[in-house]
Amino acid sequence: MMHWLYMGGYWPYVWPSYLLTLFAVTLNIYLARRSLSAAKSEARRRAQAQRSEA
Amino acid sequence: MSARTPIKVSPARAGWLLVQRDLRLGLRRPGEWLQPLLFFLVVTTLFPLATDPQMSRLRDIAPGALWVAALLSSLLALELLFREDGQDGSLEQLAVLGLPLSWLLLAKTCVHWLLTGLPLVLVAPLVATALGAPYAAIPGVMAALLLGSVALSLIGAVGAGLTLGLRRGGVLLALLVLPLAVPVLIFGARATALAIAIEPMAAPMYLLGAIAVLSATLAPLAAAAAVRISLE
Amino acid sequence: MNWVWFHRLGSPPHFFRIAGRMIPWFAWLAAITGIAGLIGGLGLAPPDYQQGEGYRIIFVHVPAAVLSTTAYAVMASAAAVGLIWRMNVAHAVAASSAAVGAWFTFVALATGSLWGRPMWGTYWEWDPRLVSELVLLFLYLGYMGLRSAIDDTARADRASAVLALVGVINLPIIHYSVDWWNSLHQGHTLLKFGKASMPPSMLVPLLLMMLAFTLYFGAILLVRARGEILRRERNARWIGEAIGAGS
Repeated sequence: MMHWLYMGGYWPYVWPSYLLTLFAVTLNIYLARRSLSAAKSEARRRAQAQRSEA
Repeated sequence: MSARTPIKVSPARAGWLLVQRDLRLGLRRPGEWLQPLLFFLVVTTLFPLATDPQMSRLRDIAPGALWVAALLSSLLALELLFREDGQDGSLEQLAVLGLPLSWLLLAKTCVHWLLTGLPLVLVAPLVATALGAPYAAIPGVMAALLLGSVALSLIGAVGAGLTLGLRRGGVLLALLVLPLAVPVLIFGARATALAIAIEPMAAPMYLLGAIAVLSATLAPLAAAAAVRISLE
Repeated sequence: MNWVWFHRLGSPPHFFRIAGRMIPWFAWLAAITGIAGLIGGLGLAPPDYQQGEGYRIIFVHVPAAVLSTTAYAVMASAAAVGLIWRMNVAHAVAASSAAVGAWFTFVALATGSLWGRPMWGTYWEWDPRLVSELVLLFLYLGYMGLRSAIDDTARADRASAVLALVGVINLPIIHYSVDWWNSLHQGHTLLKFGKASMPPSMLVPLLLMMLAFTLYFGAILLVRARGEILRRERNARWIGEAIGAGS
């Protein structure tokens, strides 16, 4: 395990690369979902406002 | 205004009239189109001050200094291209003339280049000599700048059309146009470097010419689309 | 050729529904291929005979770089469709593609730089691939800047679509010019990965990771596009039913 983590001495380059990619992957999932849920709640709010007007 | 009969003007005639009008308007306000030229001169003066005034060293940075200064100067000049006509509504008049807008914009861009691009080419001998280029290099430097500045004006017209009427247009225009100008910069600076070294410069000149021709055919179309969208 | 499917995809409620149904498929397939690719890449693949274990960055760097160009291609094609057929859904897709593409262009640059440190001895080398990637990042940022500078959505869509198309014509020229420039100043490429010479134990994980990134991009794109469509169609009647607030 330690041998694997050591990456033949390349660990300072290999692991940050993977961590950064992981970070970007999760961040984009989060951002996309947040933007969709924000749009949904906004649409819901509008729908309710229209109903109460009617 | 009732039953207006459309005036029949051929596109060629309209383009020529537009060139005359823009030239007359431009020449009436020399302050505007002299500014990019002055900017070019000032920036190229800054390079020796920021580095090393030894002629042999200057000769190495001369192509880069010339081209970065020319690029920034053409960027600065782009604001003049559509701003006035966009504000007073003449651009909208051009768009509804029923003539191909891309053709009219090509005419406008030509005048813009005559007023802001050509002066750079004409002072290039002065600047190049000051940066240590030998006299034999002058025609090559001017030829490269001639082709390059044409391409820069045309590419810039697209960016100017897209940012027409935007509040934060200036910096955005730079962000849009500079990446697109990378090939012009690379081939132009290379041609200039070869000219200064008195070596054959045909290869980058052909490529620069190809870019100029390509932008002359495609850029007016994109600029016309951009202007139409901005005027909507 | 039957074009009905194309026109139906252009209808926002239809697209909204189809996208919602497709997202789980993309997401799960991306997760499965991604995990398989990681196991293959980090565990099973042997060390490179020249670069040792350091080459393992390839399994995130190359997929990110491929994704950055795929996203631009998707953005430009969607922009073209949106301009030509005045299709709102296509503009929503183009807008969604840009942000993801910009992020993965950045990832490709950063991992390329991290890879460069052990291989070239420096974090930044003016390598043509890295320079092209950097210019691509600028193009993305310009596109997003133009979009955010225009308040009216319809105008922002159409103006940025023109920019995307100009960019896509320019990209090959930029790439070629940067290659040409590099060949003058260095004469050799510092980092080579000959795809043909790569053994299957490395190639398979790499292809799996590329597939995973592409599927992941598809999922993210659809999630974002659904949000964009809701925002664009905010006054349409179908929305109440689609998000279950109608009854």
